Amino acid sequence: MIETVLAITCIGFGCSFALAIAAKFFAVKEDPKIGEVNDLLPGANCGACGYAGCMDYAKAVVSDDAELNLCAPGGSDVTASLCEYLGKTAEAAEKQVAIVLCMGTDDVAKRRFDYNGIADCRSAHLVGGGDKACTYGCLGYSSCATVCPTNAIEMINGVAKVHPELCIACGKCISACPRNLIKLVPEKNTVHILCSSKDKGPVVRKVCTSGCIGCTMCVRLTKEEESISMDGFLAKIDYTKEVQNKAIVEKCPPKCIIDTSNN
Amino acid sequence: MNIFKAKFKIHGGVHPKYRKELARNEETKKLPLPKILRISTTQHLGAPSKPVVKKGDYVKKYQLLAEAAGFISAPVHSPAAGTIKDIVAGTGATGAPITEIILDTNNTSDEDLVGVFPTNDWNTLSPETILNRVREAGVVGAGGAGFPTYVKLSPPPGKEIQTLIINGAECEPYLTADYRLMMEHPKCLVEGIQIICKVLNVQDAHIAIEDNKPEAIEILSKYVEENSIPNIKIATLPTFYPQGAEKQQIFAVTGKQVPSGGLPSEVGVLVENTGTTVAIYDAVVKDLPFIERTTTVSGYGIENPSNVIAPIGTPYQDLIDFCGGPKDGVKKIISGGPMMGFAQATAETTTTKTTSGLLLLTAKEISQYESAPCISCGRCIAACPMNLMPAELSQFCEAEDFESAAEHRVMDCMECGCCAFSCPAHRPLVQHFRTAKAFLRAQPKK
Amino acid sequence: MSEEQFYSVSSSPHVHSGASIHGIMRDVVIAMIPAFIASVIFFGLDAVRLTVVCVASCVIFEYLSRRIMKRNQTISDLSAVITGMLLAYNLPPSFPTWMAIVGSFVAIVIAKQLFGGLGYNPFNPALAGRLFLFLSFAFAMSGDWTPWSYINAENIDAITTATPLGMLQESTGSISFLSSNSNILNLFLGKVNGCIGEVSALALILGGIYLLWRKVITWHIPVAYIGTVAIFATILYVIDPTGNASPLFHLFSGGLMLGAIFMATDMVTSPTDKSGMLVFGIGCGLLTMIIRKWGSYPEGVSFSIFIMNATTPLLNRVCKPKMFGLKKGKA
Repeated sequence: MIETVLAITCIGFGCSFALAIAAKFFAVKEDPKIGEVNDLLPGANCGACGYAGCMDYAKAVVSDDAELNLCAPGGSDVTASLCEYLGKTAEAAEKQVAIVLCMGTDDVAKRRFDYNGIADCRSAHLVGGGDKACTYGCLGYSSCATVCPTNAIEMINGVAKVHPELCIACGKCISACPRNLIKLVPEKNTVHILCSSKDKGPVVRKVCTSGCIGCTMCVRLTKEEESISMDGFLAKIDYTKEVQNKAIVEKCPPKCIIDTSNN
Repeated sequence: MNIFKAKFKIHGGVHPKYRKELARNEETKKLPLPKILRISTTQHLGAPSKPVVKKGDYVKKYQLLAEAAGFISAPVHSPAAGTIKDIVAGTGATGAPITEIILDTNNTSDEDLVGVFPTNDWNTLSPETILNRVREAGVVGAGGAGFPTYVKLSPPPGKEIQTLIINGAECEPYLTADYRLMMEHPKCLVEGIQIICKVLNVQDAHIAIEDNKPEAIEILSKYVEENSIPNIKIATLPTFYPQGAEKQQIFAVTGKQVPSGGLPSEVGVLVENTGTTVAIYDAVVKDLPFIERTTTVSGYGIENPSNVIAPIGTPYQDLIDFCGGPKDGVKKIISGGPMMGFAQATAETTTTKTTSGLLLLTAKEISQYESAPCISCGRCIAACPMNLMPAELSQFCEAEDFESAAEHRVMDCMECGCCAFSCPAHRPLVQHFRTAKAFLRAQPKK
Repeated sequence: MSEEQFYSVSSSPHVHSGASIHGIMRDVVIAMIPAFIASVIFFGLDAVRLTVVCVASCVIFEYLSRRIMKRNQTISDLSAVITGMLLAYNLPPSFPTWMAIVGSFVAIVIAKQLFGGLGYNPFNPALAGRLFLFLSFAFAMSGDWTPWSYINAENIDAITTATPLGMLQESTGSISFLSSNSNILNLFLGKVNGCIGEVSALALILGGIYLLWRKVITWHIPVAYIGTVAIFATILYVIDPTGNASPLFHLFSGGLMLGAIFMATDMVTSPTDKSGMLVFGIGCGLLTMIIRKWGSYPEGVSFSIFIMNATTPLLNRVCKPKMFGLKKGKA
């Protein structure tokens, strides 16, 4: 009995000793700064910075002189702490959020056939062009919601909606959408035109009662600001400017303009 | 004896209920000219043709409506005299956006046509003239792909064709258009074959027919024998789906495997559909452009299933009305065959040069896909004519691991549907592969 | 077409062979009925008790576990019924009911549902349950045979309280007796001691023929498995007829028929391609005979199938069909 205990104890000590030696002599030399920078990052590993996770960005910041304002989830706070740590200056990038430019929920937008297949927007888009009557609108099979790392996207009545307070602007939803409905816009812009249909007004009305009909009312009301212009039959907001005349929300006939500052 | 049994066995394949007896035994009917035709400029594979007419123009029958836009493209001609009401955006049978030329044929005469110059003896025409007629007539592969025929008949130098195979398999269930063509116009078919042989300087030609069409085999065999055409033989094939797939048919008749990513010309073979061959005959001998084709209107959901010759641009609704209208309980409208055809949202879609079938199917004939896990039963693997492993591929696609799917050769999948047909879990396998292919095609080339 | 009624649109193909998981499982249940009848004939009410208990507890456990995990209900696909029947067939007639319920729990909840349900399990659930019971309740699984003399059975008392393989292992029965024709016939019909579903090779083979006819299984795994055992046993018998039982003895005794026809052929846990299936069957056969001949357990079927289940993903990766249109040598 005593022999067993002694033997096990000796083996245990022997192995710990060997591990300690190995840890010291075979250690991989890494710049300790990388670990410290990594601790300053949010750890979301979302890839929005363009690098393969936070550790990769930390390495790039320390070794490759990467820009310090690339972390979208971290925002200006992380940019400031990185600047402080590295003793450099950088201008904080403007905080952006994703927005789905469609409000064609199932009570206002029609479907045109009974879709039977994979519940994924990219796959659904390949079958007969998608079951939404509007060929531009959100199909609602939640490919964007599934891929969002912070669960910021909610499916409401067949259309995706991003909760801006949860969005870290990683951009994964943008690649998931087969109809390119999602855009990254500055967080401070609160007025949005939630429609992406380039069809003529009468065609749009037939398939969705909330779609932009190209009446140009909003363009005219913001003529001095020049914040809205027409892209064919679709009104588009210029996000480098802020929309001043909030009356367009009331005046838009199909009510597809929203102002999120009220929420 | 000019009939021989194709002796090479293809792996895989399935035996769906063919239901060909619905539209097989009656003569092909001709649809009275519809009042409005909506002719798509995407009648073929390749670049859509460019309209050369505009709103308000008056056109004669056979007049050029849209010209070929590039090498892989084909012209489109007017099937009737009429006025161009408009040129609008529309939706094609696949769901893709197309441009439609709307033609109003009210109060026009069938005699108001552009001059045609038929020939008495096509043997006197040079191969270049023949090829020109085929190109200018807008002949494309009528089997479904719609590849411009004159491109197919101009193989690159170094790839000479030794064998011509005419695809008379018509392996899709319900469809009998090619069968009726073989029964009713053996002369046009055989002369079309001889024309192709002249253009390509080919010695051997085979007409490949499945053995569920014994009458067609007999009629063609007799015609060839009575007219002493020694270089055309009839190859009988076992009946199963997809016997009519190009690569599989080449293997069955010649034993040669077309390499992955390659064309049949690499093994010295050319395959042409029956309908295309007759269109070639019409183009060369009668100088007629490709403006109409036989479509099988069938299914348990249509009152009078039949084969109908209709001009391109005919709305499906006109064909349905001509065949007695729909019965109760139509759940799906399909353009093409049930294995590879496209389900339609409405009956407003119009026919094109490649519309081989229009099926109205009831709940009894179709089945629903389900979201169920793969149980690795292996039926899809046994059914795949390309010897792929659909079970594994679909699991990669479900996990969105498209790179692994590419390594397992999802790009070689021909979307024949044998796997999904056999799957006991009713998984939408072909849709998985289409999603993977769309994703991989959109990747920037490395 | 009214406003509300839409046409159905899906990707091609739009027609289907009519096969379904429920249909496949139903065929398997039908194929297992001859073995059930044989088990009742030879073991009476115990066979009924065990089968009913296992099937009922498997179905209930599947329903409850799916409910708790908030997943869709799958009991209608009959796979839980089959797991229950297979588990019961692997139990001796005197097995306590409560232990059978524990076995069902391990089979369904641990070996199947925790992995994600049908299609995701790496090991045959019935086999996992059986092995768990074997390792945990070895005594109950092995002994206290009390063959029930049904009115038609004859000469049951000629075989005492051990199973034929047990006798071979312990050398308590002479080789010549075990290999004798009368004993072989008893083994074939099922008039021996053993687990309730595995004794009658005849009943199991009938079930196997039904499965082959209905195209639920292919011949590859059963033939490779049984063939390998036959060849291995023949070689041993030829080398030393006094120390080894005859090949027929090995074929009809123990759980080989049940294992080769119903357990090794489980679709989810066996390779999908024909060449992989052959390798799988041969592997099972080799392991079975090695364990029977040189291992410390009398029976090797369960362990061999379980081990080969672990190699299935590898076999799926290595044994692939050659794609049409690819030159030799390329994957």
